Amino acid sequence: MTAPADYRFEDGILSFTGDMTLARIGDLPQRLTALTEKPDRVDLKDVGRIDTVGAWLIHRVVRESDIPVDGASEDVGHLLEQVAAADKPLKIRPDARPAFLRVLNEMGTATITAGKTLYGLLDFFGATLIGFGGLLRHPSRFRGNAVARQFEVVGVQALAIIGLMSFLIGIVIAQQGAVQLRQFGAEVFAINLIGRITLRELGVLMTAIMVAGRSGSAFAAQLGSMKLAEEVDAMRIIGVSPMEALVLPRVMSTVLLMPLLGFYAAMIAMIGGGIFCWIDLDIPPITFIARTREVVPITDVWVGLIKAPVFGLIIAISGCFQGMQVKGNAEEVGLRTTASVVQAIFLVIVLDAVFAVFFSSIGWI
Amino acid sequence: MTDQPPISDAAPDDRDKRDDVIIHVAGLKNSFGEQVVHDGIDLDVSRGEILGVVGGSGTGKSVLMRSIIGLQVPDEGIVEVFGEPMIGRDEHDAQRVRKRWGVLFQGGALFSTLTVAENVQVPIREYFPDLEPTLLDEIAAYKVAMTGLAAETGPKYPSELSGGMRKRAGLARALALDPQLLFLDEPTAGLDPISAAAFDELIASLRRTLGLTVFLITHDLDTLYAICDRVAVLADKHVIAVGTIPELLALDHPWIEEYFKGPRGRAAADAATRNEA
Repeated sequence: MTAPADYRFEDGILSFTGDMTLARIGDLPQRLTALTEKPDRVDLKDVGRIDTVGAWLIHRVVRESDIPVDGASEDVGHLLEQVAAADKPLKIRPDARPAFLRVLNEMGTATITAGKTLYGLLDFFGATLIGFGGLLRHPSRFRGNAVARQFEVVGVQALAIIGLMSFLIGIVIAQQGAVQLRQFGAEVFAINLIGRITLRELGVLMTAIMVAGRSGSAFAAQLGSMKLAEEVDAMRIIGVSPMEALVLPRVMSTVLLMPLLGFYAAMIAMIGGGIFCWIDLDIPPITFIARTREVVPITDVWVGLIKAPVFGLIIAISGCFQGMQVKGNAEEVGLRTTASVVQAIFLVIVLDAVFAVFFSSIGWI
Repeated sequence: MTDQPPISDAAPDDRDKRDDVIIHVAGLKNSFGEQVVHDGIDLDVSRGEILGVVGGSGTGKSVLMRSIIGLQVPDEGIVEVFGEPMIGRDEHDAQRVRKRWGVLFQGGALFSTLTVAENVQVPIREYFPDLEPTLLDEIAAYKVAMTGLAAETGPKYPSELSGGMRKRAGLARALALDPQLLFLDEPTAGLDPISAAAFDELIASLRRTLGLTVFLITHDLDTLYAICDRVAVLADKHVIAVGTIPELLALDHPWIEEYFKGPRGRAAADAATRNEA
């Protein structure tokens, strides 16, 4: 019997027919709800297969008017009992609040969260410094292997992508600069542009963005999933400080590597720019290098090298901080990873502006 | 239970013959790189039975389940569910068979962004998008209640639940489409003995009520004694034996002996006899 579910309503007897299963229920629920007259009995002897949904529909009819059911086999009777026993009101979603209150609530929560995050970040920065201080007092606790491992992940493995990016950026700066300067017949000043902007700003800034996207996010995701798997708790119980084992190696390696990576990026960008100058502006490499030495003050190199470790610190701390904040579910790991990258890049750019003002005011122009 | 609308093109008599075998696995081979997990698994699961699958850690119990439900493509072998070949089927055909079974994963595998009740509704929404919203909510309500969860669990998110509640919620979702076949991966692992016994009872009662066939992976000897009709033993990359527990014990295989006659096995057997008495 594979007829769809249906019913007959005669002499106060509601007789169901066909298969009362989820797949074959059709519009039966709507039609049953639309019944105006209340049945006195329910008859099931013409029903084929029946599943819990069918049983539930029968239960709904029976429940409303408390009427007897005929023709139910033992199994179906049992099923009806089970369904009736499971008839308990259930909320599907948590209660929703009025929209206005919700907006207020969200604004308030966001403000509090922002404040707490800032406070937490400072707190974490302090804890990192204290951890570092502890390490200085007890150098034997220094985890050389972990730092070396992070050196490889953060630094060595990033060389290719940072190099490629910087090379292209160097070409783009040279090309755009040359196009504009050509209008004044001053293409040769493209060399000033390339040398100064890459060493002072772009080399280290682009590297910071790449490291934040590559390593900051990885820190947040690694520490976050370790927190979820209770690995961090296990470490604490065993007596291993997560700060020393997880955070400090990452922070130290990023702080140490950022100047190297930033300088490397600037050099590769200058090579890219130099090659463009050679091909497009007919400036041979030897002239390019000589000119660069003339026009780029050594302070530009210092500016880049001073900024880089600070950026590295910000990236590593915000990555580790967000990772350690993970609790609850896997979704949190994703949210925290995103937050760590956004936070790191934002803070890097804010600090870059501060540095720009500072270096101008001390005369390193 | 009468037959479903025909799905395969197989001749009717061909179907009758296999009618009572819900899962048919033959010559199944699985390997991960160098490591061979299964080397010729043969296993049949009959309609209406609860088959327990046991084996030491790493013998590929979960891999066997994953091969049957199509999450792991085996290197070789035949897997048929409801008489339908499952390997190499195109997605659309496989999907039609898939909705006739429910799976409870080890950790529950609830969708973390949805509430428990919404989790239960996911499969129903997917296959029956035209269902009345009120009926959908009612179905979620009685499914959740049937698995023994309290009413206040409905609007909670999985991260707010305990392990046992998550398993029950997972079971409610597995039962959402009123499947004929249920796969359970260690359903009582990590539950306290009271919850575990209640879970066993729940599965046995659902089997009676809904006429389910159950493929049950477990380490829990109490579960094996309490609800399994037959037990399949996985060892040495094969199914070394299938049968009732007394049948298995009669085989004199050292691993089976140790499994069922070790201290825990004896305790579970004693408990089972006490319950029957």
